[in-house]
Amino acid sequence: MELLGLVYYWVFAILLMIGFYAVIAKPNLIKKLIGLSIFQAAVFLLYITMGKVDGGTAPIFQDGVSLYSNPLPQVLILTAIVVGISTTALGLGIVVRIKEEYGSIEEHEIQERDRQ
Amino acid sequence: MIIILFGIFLLALLVITALAIVRSDNLFAAVILTGIFSLLMAANFFLLDAADVALTEAAIGAGISTVLFLGALALTGEHERGGSQNRLVALGVVTVTTLIVIYATFDKPRFGDPDAPVHQHVGSWYLEKTPELVDIPNAVTAVLGSFRGYDTLGEVFVVLTAGIGVLFLLSARTAGRPEEFPVADDPDQGLRHYLVPRVVGRMLIPFIFLFGLYVQFHGDYGPGGGFQAGAIVAASVILYALLEGEARALRALPMRVLKWLVAGGALLYGGVGVASMLLGSNFLDYSVLASDPITGQHIGIILIELGVGITVTGVLLCVFHAFAARGRV
Repeated sequence: MELLGLVYYWVFAILLMIGFYAVIAKPNLIKKLIGLSIFQAAVFLLYITMGKVDGGTAPIFQDGVSLYSNPLPQVLILTAIVVGISTTALGLGIVVRIKEEYGSIEEHEIQERDRQ
Repeated sequence: MIIILFGIFLLALLVITALAIVRSDNLFAAVILTGIFSLLMAANFFLLDAADVALTEAAIGAGISTVLFLGALALTGEHERGGSQNRLVALGVVTVTTLIVIYATFDKPRFGDPDAPVHQHVGSWYLEKTPELVDIPNAVTAVLGSFRGYDTLGEVFVVLTAGIGVLFLLSARTAGRPEEFPVADDPDQGLRHYLVPRVVGRMLIPFIFLFGLYVQFHGDYGPGGGFQAGAIVAASVILYALLEGEARALRALPMRVLKWLVAGGALLYGGVGVASMLLGSNFLDYSVLASDPITGQHIGIILIELGVGITVTGVLLCVFHAFAARGRV
């Protein structure tokens, strides 16, 4: 049981680093943004995992239930998801402009054109 | 126990999907996989008692973010050239960091422990006081709308700023006003020629829209609220645009109207705060909006959720149309 619960935190660590790998190792800018959103989703998972209470239920009051999970991390993550998509859209906008100016969205090709 | 095992099954699928996303050379495949990733993440949130968050993740992650990424791919090309750079260094950094984070998890409180530090502060206070001070069943909406109304106002302005940023970036060369480039109502636009998407889409759109409104106004009682509703309503309009072509979607909801929606929602939210100040209380203290503080809270929460919904719908649709218009010029 103890170990099963830890799996959630391990998956958080693994997803976090899969996203981070895409950000640092992939030269394609869209791939970097996808990696960033995986990284972000991993953080969401960590918060929601911490808000869970054993035997609790979703924090919507109903008769005959007395134990609820913590609503606060859920509120933080709910708004973070919407803010996340807005900032991702901004990132995609910048990538589209880079493509138009440089003709490429591969990092090394952009750097080569900058050196010229 | 069964639920935890099911959760671990979903987590394993999540890791596999994430690996497939990073390994795939074709960006189109990677984007579609991120949709699946978000859906799995939503299922996980649901198992962890976060119904509101699951609804948001499903609407935003699996729906709208996929469309936005595809819109960007259409402008940048879907093939990734040249695999990874400094692969060994990156792998080394990532492995070491993973091991450190996993080592740190042994010090974390047990999963689901009711005595964990995270449950000792305001979280339990919110649960205790919501029936007394706000009196709506959904504690998440109460915290979001009332107790932490300042945070949510800030988030709405972040969304607003990001929307303005995208419009600035992408309408630069179209002389600032995408709506001045009239889109011909080309019968070839959209998926109108394809029987299955057309029939299924036309049947679904009104119900998606209606569900969006339900989520908006039922957010006090069940999972839902302005953020989710805004995403769902925007998804129904985006589906209409994909099916019938962008021209018809812009005729139904022109950019001019969308820009007013973007600003109007945030103004409505801020206006509720100013109104409560004028009525002699603190900014965003809804208790004074009606003679009875509880009714005042209800009115305040419905109004600010409406503001959130309007701004989120407006921003997501503006961003969608900005990407689509960029493809035309």
